[in-house]
Amino acid sequence: MVAPSPPPDTYNVLWLQAASCGGCTMAALAADDTGLLRSMARFGIRLLWHPSLSEESGAEALAVLEDCATGKLRLDCLCVEGSVLLGPNGSGRFQMLSGSGAPMKDWIARLAPKARHVVAVGSCAAFGGMPAAGHNPTDARGLQYSGWDPGGALGKAFRAGSGLPVVNIAGCAPHPGWMIETLAALALGDVSAEHLDALGRPRAYADHLAHHGCGRNEFYEFKASAARPSDRGCLMENLGCRATQAPGDCNIRRWNGYGSCTDGGYACINCTSPAFETPSGPFQETAKVAGIPVGLPVDMPKAWFVALAALSKSATPQRVRTNAHADHVIVPPARKPLKSP
Amino acid sequence: MTLSSTRLIVGPFNRVEGDLEVTLDVQDGRVAEARVNAPLYRGFEQILLGRPPSDALVIAPRICGICSVSQSVASARALAGLGPAAMPENGTLATNLILACENAADHLTHFMLFFAPDLARSCYGGRPWFAAARRRFAAGDGECARALLPARARFLHLMGLLAGKWPHSLALQPGGVTKAVDPGEKIRLLSILAEFREALETHLFADSLEAIAALDGLPALDAWADAAPPEAGDFRLFLHIARDLDFTGLGAGPGRFISSGSFGLFAPGVWAQGASTPFDPAQVSEDHAHSWMEGAILAPAVGKTIPAPDKPEGYSWCKAPRLDGQVAEVGALARQVVDGHPLARALNAARPGGSVHDRVVARLLELARLIPAMESWIRAIRPAEPFCAPPSPLGEGAAVGLVEAARGTLGHWLGLHNGRIAQYQIVAPTTWNFSPRDAQGNPGALEIALAGAPVLPGETTPVAVQHVVRSFDPCMVCTVH
Repeated sequence: MVAPSPPPDTYNVLWLQAASCGGCTMAALAADDTGLLRSMARFGIRLLWHPSLSEESGAEALAVLEDCATGKLRLDCLCVEGSVLLGPNGSGRFQMLSGSGAPMKDWIARLAPKARHVVAVGSCAAFGGMPAAGHNPTDARGLQYSGWDPGGALGKAFRAGSGLPVVNIAGCAPHPGWMIETLAALALGDVSAEHLDALGRPRAYADHLAHHGCGRNEFYEFKASAARPSDRGCLMENLGCRATQAPGDCNIRRWNGYGSCTDGGYACINCTSPAFETPSGPFQETAKVAGIPVGLPVDMPKAWFVALAALSKSATPQRVRTNAHADHVIVPPARKPLKSP
Repeated sequence: MTLSSTRLIVGPFNRVEGDLEVTLDVQDGRVAEARVNAPLYRGFEQILLGRPPSDALVIAPRICGICSVSQSVASARALAGLGPAAMPENGTLATNLILACENAADHLTHFMLFFAPDLARSCYGGRPWFAAARRRFAAGDGECARALLPARARFLHLMGLLAGKWPHSLALQPGGVTKAVDPGEKIRLLSILAEFREALETHLFADSLEAIAALDGLPALDAWADAAPPEAGDFRLFLHIARDLDFTGLGAGPGRFISSGSFGLFAPGVWAQGASTPFDPAQVSEDHAHSWMEGAILAPAVGKTIPAPDKPEGYSWCKAPRLDGQVAEVGALARQVVDGHPLARALNAARPGGSVHDRVVARLLELARLIPAMESWIRAIRPAEPFCAPPSPLGEGAAVGLVEAARGTLGHWLGLHNGRIAQYQIVAPTTWNFSPRDAQGNPGALEIALAGAPVLPGETTPVAVQHVVRSFDPCMVCTVH
């Protein structure tokens, strides 16, 4: 069974789920409030096969994969969601591609060199992600990184047909906009090496920090800090927030219409960065040395941070201090008194 | 291909949220025996060991991108079991809303994206309803998904407001939720629900949710199906197709149903042979006889997860959960039968093991029941009152957190020692439904349901098998985790 040949002006994407939770796809389904397929169709992107969205199962699906591997079907882009499992003992048997008798790692190794672009969807495929946490029981890797180390399942030297390294749409899960916009830019031919950061992440979102646009900015400015879940104050000092270090525009563009992690009242866990899954202490507590957070805002000298924090704490308005320890506004901003008639 | 005695290995199975391979022994055009393999192992239970307890709230949701909230709630409830916190009423309401949003979105996603596209396959080209099925349900460009995927995305704005984002939120804590609702947000939540209700009542049901929830038996369901042309609503179209394809005669499971109860709305219990008994999680054990896992039969409180990839008797990474030694089915049909909804009980009386038809009907019935309940929970929110109790210190020991995910009962068994996670065992809905055989050789629920399914000449991936598999709304990533 041979899939029909796609028209030449489409950008053909084959999407595989390696050791994934499926969450990247689930996030993408809400893209633009319209859904993944329609969002992509606007840019001529066509899914050759996707494990959650396609009709083809079993032998029909294997035929699509085989045709891509043999070059019968033009593969513009291989998207991999989920970590690549090398274990146990290098066999890849922790994930066999059903019905094929071969481990997923071998399918990826066969298909990646055929693709013009290879995209790691999510932090698992980019860097290893949650399955690589702790002692990494399954020997989980990213496509081109293992945590911070270049290499991964495809090797340090891997380049896709276009000459680009693996494009890492890191995030757990990535914002749907990151996925659509990266794939669309690739389809339009708009992505070259300078559009990726040092870890292969699209600079379109990775040049921002999750801190940018955070709704708690006034609390941050005055170091008026939340002490417990549901407090409105800044989450950095006590509750583990890493938004001042985390690449991402999640507080500029918002999630699911209205949200973001920090707006939802909980810490940014820096899910767009390698090894986020294995922090030095509990996720929801800020690691400190002598009362100073270990993870300071990027680009900020420690001495200045300490000095400014002390100064701003001494200048914190009573309103901000009070509201930081409540889950709703207790003290509203002062208003000018009404003029008497 | 000869029709007597063939073996088919079917995979990759798509639209099952993860990896699934099914081995079928086919005799005389029917499945004689099925073996269900979950071929992906990620090791979450191993990863959780040794971590600080609150890290479970970050790690456990990442087991699954489609039921991440359910994993969060199970985890938060297990933690609350070791550090009881009196969750304020607002916290309960917000937790219920977040969980119900995921459950309802999953039911819709399952119907429009995972189940119904198989009805639009070309193998049904000769059926009188085929043109309608193709137009409404075709994978990729069917009108049902075109109309309802945007509705689903806008429904998930509730997650943006209450949980920050979906999937993988940290808003759900043992003492409540991290996000309070202000008076303006309360109104926005009601608007989100109103828009979703309108989409369901227009496209899926072509009727009010209350009319669906009020269906009280088989005559009422038949009368409703015949009260309008088959294309008036995707649910009605499904009912017509299900009659033609005899979906009531396909996919009978073990006939023992478990629900841990949900939202205070759906009662807990175990239903078998026409009678209800209490559900006791202490009766749950996991059998490793045919799993690629070391060990034998252990209760999750003392369970172990040690991969044994070379074990000759193994054919799946999935363990085999049993309730007091018995195979059971979980999911929307189980929940509605256990709860005693008259339509679900009538379906059960007609077919004690359930069927492809009954599972889909129960799922959509539950969707119709959930939305009005969610509306009432939003109205009950009282802004300016607390949403989260302060964290309490966690004691040492063991606790279990139970929750109903869209696709059934989920349990997290947690043990703490010296302030670290010393034990973490997860028994997920599809672990129940798609379990392999146990030491006695008793097949799992899907393995039972597949026996007898027709295999047509030339089929390598039998369509009837696909209907049965997907009728359970499997979540394979949760199954093994």
